[in-house]
Amino acid sequence: MFYRENGQFKTSYKADQQVFAIPQDRWAIFALVVFAFVGVPMLVDEYMFRAILVPFLILSLAALGVNILVGYCGQITLGAGASMAVGAYAAYNFLIRVDGMPALAAILLGGLMAAAVGIVFGVPSLRVRGLYLAVATLAAQFFCDWAFLRIKWFTNNASSGSVSVADISLFGWTISSPTDKYLFCLGILVVFSVMAKNLVRGNMGRQWMAIRDMDVAATVIGIRPMYSKLTAFAVSSFYLGVAGALWGFVNLGSWEPAAFSIDRSLQLLFMVIIGGMGAISGSFFGAAFIVILPIFLNQMLPLVGSLLGLQVSIALVSHVEFIIFGSLIVFFLIVEPHGIARLWATGREKLRLWPFPH
Amino acid sequence: MKLRKLAVAASLAAIGLSAALTTPAFAAEEQFFPVLAYRTGAYAPNGTPWANGFVDYLKLTNARGGVNGVKMIWEECETGYATDRGVECYERLKGKHGGATAVQPLSTGITFALTEKAPVDKIPVITAGYGRSESQNGAVFGWNFPLVGTYWMGADVLVQHIGKKEGGLDKLKGKKIALVYHDSPYGKEPIALLQERARMHGFEVSLLPVAHPGVEQKATWLQIRQSKPDYVFLWGWGVMNSTSLKEAQATGYPREKMYGIWWAGAEPDVKDVGDGAKGYNALAMQHGAEPDSKVVKEVLEKLHAKGQGTGPKEEVGQVLYMRGLISSMLQVEAVRAAQGRYGKGKRITGEQMRWGLENLNLDQKALDGMGLGGVMRPVQTSCLDHMGSAWARVHTWDGKKWNFTSDWYQGDEKVLRPMVMLASGKYAEEKKIKPRTPEDCKK
Amino acid sequence: MAFFLETLLGGLMSGMLYSLVALGFVLIFKASGVFNFAQGAMVLFAALAMARFSEWIPAWLGMENLFVANLLAFVVAVAIMFVVAWLIERLALRHLVNQDGATLLMATLGIAYVLDGIGQTIFGSDIYKIDVGMPKEPVMMLESVFEGGILINKEDFIAALIAALLVISLSIFFQKTATGRALRAVADDHQAAQSIGIPLDRIWVIVWCVAGITALVAGIIWGSKLGVQFSLSTIALRALPVVILGGLTSVPGAIIGGLIIGVGEKLSEVYLGPFVGGGIEIWFAYMLALVFLLFRPQGLFGEKIIDRV
Repeated sequence: MFYRENGQFKTSYKADQQVFAIPQDRWAIFALVVFAFVGVPMLVDEYMFRAILVPFLILSLAALGVNILVGYCGQITLGAGASMAVGAYAAYNFLIRVDGMPALAAILLGGLMAAAVGIVFGVPSLRVRGLYLAVATLAAQFFCDWAFLRIKWFTNNASSGSVSVADISLFGWTISSPTDKYLFCLGILVVFSVMAKNLVRGNMGRQWMAIRDMDVAATVIGIRPMYSKLTAFAVSSFYLGVAGALWGFVNLGSWEPAAFSIDRSLQLLFMVIIGGMGAISGSFFGAAFIVILPIFLNQMLPLVGSLLGLQVSIALVSHVEFIIFGSLIVFFLIVEPHGIARLWATGREKLRLWPFPH
Repeated sequence: MKLRKLAVAASLAAIGLSAALTTPAFAAEEQFFPVLAYRTGAYAPNGTPWANGFVDYLKLTNARGGVNGVKMIWEECETGYATDRGVECYERLKGKHGGATAVQPLSTGITFALTEKAPVDKIPVITAGYGRSESQNGAVFGWNFPLVGTYWMGADVLVQHIGKKEGGLDKLKGKKIALVYHDSPYGKEPIALLQERARMHGFEVSLLPVAHPGVEQKATWLQIRQSKPDYVFLWGWGVMNSTSLKEAQATGYPREKMYGIWWAGAEPDVKDVGDGAKGYNALAMQHGAEPDSKVVKEVLEKLHAKGQGTGPKEEVGQVLYMRGLISSMLQVEAVRAAQGRYGKGKRITGEQMRWGLENLNLDQKALDGMGLGGVMRPVQTSCLDHMGSAWARVHTWDGKKWNFTSDWYQGDEKVLRPMVMLASGKYAEEKKIKPRTPEDCKK
Repeated sequence: MAFFLETLLGGLMSGMLYSLVALGFVLIFKASGVFNFAQGAMVLFAALAMARFSEWIPAWLGMENLFVANLLAFVVAVAIMFVVAWLIERLALRHLVNQDGATLLMATLGIAYVLDGIGQTIFGSDIYKIDVGMPKEPVMMLESVFEGGILINKEDFIAALIAALLVISLSIFFQKTATGRALRAVADDHQAAQSIGIPLDRIWVIVWCVAGITALVAGIIWGSKLGVQFSLSTIALRALPVVILGGLTSVPGAIIGGLIIGVGEKLSEVYLGPFVGGGIEIWFAYMLALVFLLFRPQGLFGEKIIDRV
């Protein structure tokens, strides 16, 4: 009823191709962003910020990066954590080794460094494909885990191999309170999301998608697989690198390579597949699902137990959490293999016609 | 974005509900302790007994009538030994029931992360026997308390012990020591000290890292077989320890020459190796397995006999159970100390708790009174020394149980102090912290 | 020289153990195109079942005989793995037919979570013992040739033998029995197999059962070596380079790949490790696999990938 496009006529290509072609969408998203910037900080407590929202924002950014590579370019990666690690450690080194380096610049440089490393690790994709490539990217993952543990230069010779950074500041704004951290990450995420959306709509994104759908055919119509695959690796790693730097600088403050382990890589891949491959919004859905669900289950289950009059041990909670989490993943994949983003799109189609579907 | 909002709303509701349900009526004053434990995952066999001992002592304190009438309350949260889960647990629990008194993460990774947050939230981080060694310096690490032992101190004692075995530290010249360590900040902690000691005495340290979780060590032990070190120091956790012992057995390395840190010297590490681990030594962080101590009898009598104990009865008195129990005891005693200054029978805030932890003075009489006589030595902390006691001894596995096989040792301040000052100075510079002076401490 | 041989032998033996886990991957991928990330969880689950039942059964029946207890526990564990296989096929994979590789991979990761959770709930999360009477002490060989002799780990040796036996029996099963032939037919072409009357559902259940048994054997061997504990499920990560090196669809590939990876990582750790600080074996295995892949993108023995537009 409210979601109608009757009477909205596009009179130019530009109007037809804009990101949100329907004004309702545009306003809804705009309102959401405004709410995220203004409303959320007023409503939410510190726990929500620190334990849920900040991790959610940063992992959304990372999922965006993985989605570019996996969802748009069709190259499965299990080495996303490695790119995050490169970003985090590179940013750390820029920050401490260059005098007067602004934190934001260090974070972006960390992203660029991750992009450079990503290109190197993307080279096998020119030869190896599919699941073979997925496993091959694990080489990058384990190599980075090792390198940041072993090579002392990266950690500024810290005896324990763990590094830490002080609160960062941005043009005189010291980001220390949870709200600051939230706003900072949100700002970066919004900018990067807009960039990603435009990137995948443009020439480069179309090349990626052609490669994904059928790389031989794409080559035949004149797309250079090397160029497009490696750009996908670079852009994806850039996003991941920035996310990694944020994870270290803003979320943890002090970290070790275990923060970017294989579990992180799998988690990110989960987000993209559950959220929806090849959809920007899918990255957010996926991140929300994977970040919030375990925490939610973890807090819900003792409650359910106490309602039933059972004393639930934390071990049992954690096991049941595993079981439910795993089952939900399988369930989602069965119900909608294209992810929550597709569910959402289907819902929207229905909404367009509601309440008169014929 | 609907789903996200729904999920956020739902979890908000859940948090609200659970808070509403678990908050008991405030009858007497209550002191809240978050319990960050891991009873699942790769490190569960070691994390579980620790958590059981930890909770049992809080129960025991209540059974004894609390601290001047103040009851201990606690809530467990499963970290799975993962840093991000641990941080989430901390954030979830720190504000409950009027605020957390102190937090004990039992993971070096989580400790590193919480070290950043503790000064902001004003909640002391107690890391009895783990954490960063330089945090002994209370001037820089105002909120970290590596009570009773740090890894540098542990490594120092091990070197002293083998020095004594050889007949003097100078006899260590030309000896070879291999360090088999968990490839993480935890495992790397002792390296700095061992290298310092190696420089002093002229022995050689070879470093053999083992990747998490430590189930693949064949190559490591082949190297040991080749280089035939005089001693092997084991710095493992969880399944890595038992795997090391099994590989040592499989490559024929004498277990008598293996020395573990206190986290590599408990029942889960050796019990499924059994006789294969016979002769293996490990450092005891003051206490070992103490089934005959008075406090254990009290726990059995007051809790387990009434069916209120945590975990199986057989576990009470085991090494890691005792570690948990003592960690818990230290925080309870700090509450008592803080009450002495800020008012008996009152709830203690995190800041007051810090004062209590910095002015902990457990003399022999106090220990005897708690049933811990013979289990541990007196502990006295100060504002600048957050460790409080540098005593340790060695115990040996005889195939069935752990027996003490050495006298008490004390970490050498002449070696440790300069290293602590150097490392904490570097940290202060990095984090732009102004170290506290003795005057600041008086406040 | 003696040390080199020792390392080589050690590598070959751990290679055989990797192959055992790798076989599970290959069997399932071959027959259903599912890259089964849950193989590690299955190994853990099977080992937990075996360890716990060999503890419980004597307690229930009140007898002492280790052999009988192990045998009964083995039978029960096999039965449990069959049920698990059937449930996985019935509840998950049947509904995911014709999805692409990545989706299936994620589904098996979900299954891995479920198995980890259920396994630990039922069987506990402590460290348990499987005692099938494997010898633990080393023996020295060829003492006349080399000074000090070559150390052979009897346990590894027996484990390698069991692995070899399992591979031979699997090969016979695949080549000589009707079910085995049906399995191969399904692997070659689902639709053609179905059209000549091979029931796909049943075949998939059988494949998962066979994979379950390999998981059990791997679980028993690894479990008696390391103790049964949650970390056992990470063994799968060590077996992945083996699978891609050998080719996802080749049983002999899993064996040869295992041997190459086993030897490669042990030699690299022992001879290269000390120069770069050690701990390199895990990424070295992957790098090694990657180098092989650059020359043969489908693995050593994998089916050739043919592109058509």
